[in-house]
Amino acid sequence: MSYLADVVTLTRKDLLLELRARDTLPAMLLFVVSTLVVFRFALPEGADELAAQGLLWVALVFTALLGLARAWAPERESGALEGLVLAPTDRSAIWLGKSAAVFVFLAAVELVALPAFAAFFAPVDLSTVAGVLLANIGICAIGTLLAAMAAASRTRELILPLLFLPLAIPLVVGGVGASVSEEPERFLAFLGLYDAVFAILCWASFEYVVSE
Amino acid sequence: MLAALAAMLVGSSLVLVFFVAPEDADQGLSQKIFYFHVPIALTAYACFGWGAHKALLLLWRKDERYDLESFVAIHQGTIFGALTLATGSIWAKASWGHWWLWSENQLVLFLVLFLFYSAYFMLRFSLEEGPRRANISAVYALFGIVLVPVSFLAIRLAENVIHPTVFTREGPQMSGTMFFTFCVAWIAITSLAYTLYRLELLGKRLDSNLRELREALSS
Repeated sequence: MSYLADVVTLTRKDLLLELRARDTLPAMLLFVVSTLVVFRFALPEGADELAAQGLLWVALVFTALLGLARAWAPERESGALEGLVLAPTDRSAIWLGKSAAVFVFLAAVELVALPAFAAFFAPVDLSTVAGVLLANIGICAIGTLLAAMAAASRTRELILPLLFLPLAIPLVVGGVGASVSEEPERFLAFLGLYDAVFAILCWASFEYVVSE
Repeated sequence: MLAALAAMLVGSSLVLVFFVAPEDADQGLSQKIFYFHVPIALTAYACFGWGAHKALLLLWRKDERYDLESFVAIHQGTIFGALTLATGSIWAKASWGHWWLWSENQLVLFLVLFLFYSAYFMLRFSLEEGPRRANISAVYALFGIVLVPVSFLAIRLAENVIHPTVFTREGPQMSGTMFFTFCVAWIAITSLAYTLYRLELLGKRLDSNLRELREALSS
C-alpha cells in the first residue's frame, strides 16, 4: 500500500509543480495546435481524410516528445533525482509516478487536440479515442524511461527523439490502424499488448537507469 | 585459427554458391545473393540476441566484463544489419526493379532495428564511462530484443492496412544442392561474425588495458 502512496505523492508533486510554474503544458498545447495548422498547409488540396488521420498521430507523437524532453528537468536542475533514488522507496515508484504525471499532461493536451483535429480535418471516432488512450500508456511508459536515460547523457534533449522514435513506430502503426482500419479491435489489442510488454520491462529496468 | 576457419568456410561457400549450386530457373544469377542475404540477416539477429543476453548478465551479475561483450556483439549486429539492408536492396533492384519495397517485411524490420541500434551508439557515446553507462546501455539493449517481435507484428499489421491483399507464402522450395549451399553459407557467415566479434573484443580489451597502464604510469 505504501508503494501506491509513494507513487501518488510523486505524481502529485509533478502536477503541483506544473500548476505553479506552468512550463510544459502550455507549450505542448500551443505546439500541437500549431502543428495541426501546419498540416493543413502540408496536405495538398483534395488530400483524403486518411492522410490527415495519419498526420494526427505524427502530431501526437511529436507533442509527447516535447513534453518528455522536459519530464526530468525539475529533478535535474535541482539535483533532486539523487535524493529520490536514496529515498527509502522502491525505485520503480519514481518511474511510475513520473509516467502518471506525463500521462495526465498528454491527456490534457489531447483534450484540446482531438476536438481541434475534428474541427480542422475529419471527425474523430470512438476507436481513435481508444487508440489514443492506449498509445498514451505506451508513450508514457517508454518515454519516461528513455527521458531518464537521455537526462543522464551529455546530449540530453538532442538524443531523446533518436531513442524514442524507433520504439514509437509500433505505437504509430497501432494507432493509425485503430483510426483507419475496418476492424480496429486487432490494432487496439496490439496496442494493449505493446503497453503490457513495455510497461513491465520499464518497471523492472528503471532501477538500473537511475542507480549505479 | 578461428580466422583461418572462417576464411576457409567463406571461401568454400563462395565456390559452392557460384560453381556448384544450380542457377535459379526463375531469377537466374541474381538469386545467388540469397545465399548471403539470408545468412547475414540471421547472423545479425543472433548478434542482437547475444548482445541482449550479455546485457542481462551484466544487470544480473554486475560484472563489467559483460558490458564490453554486449557492446561488441551489438556493434557486429549493426554492421551485419547494414549489410542485410544493402544486400536486400540490391536483390530487390535485381528482382523487382526497385531499390526499396515497403512490402518486404523483413527489410522494413531491419530498417527499424538499424535506426534503433544506431541510437544505441549515440546514447552510449554521450554517457560518461562507468557503471551507469553500462547499466543504461544494457537496459537499452534489452529493449532492442523485445522490439524485434513487437515490430515484426506491427509491420505485419501495417501491411494489412496498406495492402489488403494477402500474399501467399511459398515454403522454402530448394533443391538439395541449393539447401546444402545455403547451410554452408550460413555457417560461414556465422563463423565470420564470431571471428570479428572475438577480434574486436580483443582489440577493445587491449585498448582499455593500455589506458589503465598509461594512467598508472602518469599518476
